[in-house]
Amino acid sequence: MIGYLVRRIGGALLVLFGLSLLLYGLFYLAPSDPAILTCGKGCTPERLAEVRHAMGVDDPVATQYAHFLQGLVAGRDYPAGPATRHCPAPCLGYSFETDQPVTALLLDRLPVSVSLAIGAEVLSLVAGIGAGALAGLRRYRWLDRVVNGLVLAGYAVPVFLVGLLLLLIFCVQLQWLPFPTYVPITTDPLAWAQNLLLPWVALAVIQTAAYARLTRAGIQETLAEDHIRTARAYGLPESRIVWRRALRGALLPLVTLTAIDLAAIMTSAVLTETMFGLPGVGQLLVGAVNQIDLPVVVGVTMLTGVLIVAANTVADFLYAAVDPRVELR
Amino acid sequence: MRRALRDRGFLFGAVAALLMVLVAATAPLLAAAAGQDYTTYHDNLLDSARGGVPLGRFGGISGDHWLGVEPGTGRDLFARVVYGAQVSLGVAIGATILEVLIGLLVGTAAGLGGRWADTILTRLVDLVLALPILVLAISLLAIVPPDWPRPLLLATVIAVLGWGGTARITRGETLTLRTRDYVAAARLSGAGWFRVARREILPGLTAPVLTYAALLLPTNMVVEAGLSFLGVGVRPPTPSWGQMLSSATTWFRADPMYVFIPGGLLFLTLLSFVLVANGLRRALDPRQSEVLR
Repeated sequence: MIGYLVRRIGGALLVLFGLSLLLYGLFYLAPSDPAILTCGKGCTPERLAEVRHAMGVDDPVATQYAHFLQGLVAGRDYPAGPATRHCPAPCLGYSFETDQPVTALLLDRLPVSVSLAIGAEVLSLVAGIGAGALAGLRRYRWLDRVVNGLVLAGYAVPVFLVGLLLLLIFCVQLQWLPFPTYVPITTDPLAWAQNLLLPWVALAVIQTAAYARLTRAGIQETLAEDHIRTARAYGLPESRIVWRRALRGALLPLVTLTAIDLAAIMTSAVLTETMFGLPGVGQLLVGAVNQIDLPVVVGVTMLTGVLIVAANTVADFLYAAVDPRVELR
Repeated sequence: MRRALRDRGFLFGAVAALLMVLVAATAPLLAAAAGQDYTTYHDNLLDSARGGVPLGRFGGISGDHWLGVEPGTGRDLFARVVYGAQVSLGVAIGATILEVLIGLLVGTAAGLGGRWADTILTRLVDLVLALPILVLAISLLAIVPPDWPRPLLLATVIAVLGWGGTARITRGETLTLRTRDYVAAARLSGAGWFRVARREILPGLTAPVLTYAALLLPTNMVVEAGLSFLGVGVRPPTPSWGQMLSSATTWFRADPMYVFIPGGLLFLTLLSFVLVANGLRRALDPRQSEVLR
């Protein structure tokens, strides 16, 4: 177990190292020179050299990358005029645009994206397992059809289309909900949920269909197994069989999927955040991309990479933890 | 094939998808038939008192402008939508073909190569599968110079980030196929690995890769629409559905038709391709018929 832990985490770190190398190489070798953009119009060669030095883009790429890694692990010092300023670990540099530390920018935006992802995940788990269980028990045939239809449609509706339609229906036509603006949960939990409701639904629609499909298949499979037959032969009440046995077997795969999907939602929330104008990490990325603010772009991409790799690692452990048949090697 | 044709969903999807491909291919002709192009502004068709909303009902639908005009500019929506189909389908098809090519190459190399080649390539595939596609695509598309050919670039970026799945499937199938007797026979008769891959393995890969690629196509279309929605897709004035939906976010209160037309088309096109993929899977891969019923 310990050996597996060490190897798995080692592997995850290796992937992250590869990702950082790839990102850094790609973005800093990019043909658009950020120093020229920062320097602006009427830029003299001397001024440009100064800007390049202040931004740290006049060193060779390998040196820049070494500094970048050093900043991530141990923090680093930046020249700022005559003095230096210290950027504590994990340091992702300073935004070219606003001159704020990228780490602070990310931490500032993270609560929005986390609220979005967790709410959507909870919503789709509840709705998906509910619908999947009902469809799997063959209680309602129409539900089975709805789930199947949704699975197909789920592939066919981009999240921003769902979002636009929801806004059109609930904010414009019916006027039941205000146009979403982000309210921190610490300020007003009710307003937080009310404002995030539509983004949650938009994100959850597709996920719900996937969970419903999995639950349905899982339940049908488990109900066909021998131990269920045995339980029936013992005369256990049907509700007990369904709740304690069938559902349990069917939900195993969902546990690991949830961990992975949570990270996937956070990264795909770029579209939802832009659509609803929520100030999350995704919106930060879109803004930074338009300004060619490389440190922020690299920072957001690294953060999503870390989230996905971490989620995959956690999922592997969870898988072994909930399913006694799985052995960690 | 006959089995697929008995499937109503597949038939509907196939007809609709072919129709869409036809529309995209003949976009200039269709726009000419309507007597419109996608760049001309029609200020006279807009209600300047209401901020540039099209005059008339349903977003200004008329005999001249079959689907109305774009709010704010008055450009013909029919012309923009058919040219948008070109971008949407072209990028998605191009990306899918590239993904299949890369996936086949890496997958067969991993499946037929030695242990080391397999280990390294499988690691690489794992890495690619773990990449945050949307985030990386946005970043990559933003840093390339604006004068590079945009649709080609979009297809390449989507493919470079998305070939992992095809490679994984190809590797798995190749590992099974290489243990077959006829492959051993070919090896014994002196065929090299390249020849074996081309003549013996590749035919066996057709069905699984085709079913997977069929589902990749609509997925890539969603990615393209998303990238265009975020403003890193094709450059204006070239129209695309995602881009129209993005500008619709500021107009949907005053002119809901501007959401429904590109949105509805995007949905119908995606749905028809998903139905085709679903039908193909059912016909070619009976084991998996349960997965997408």
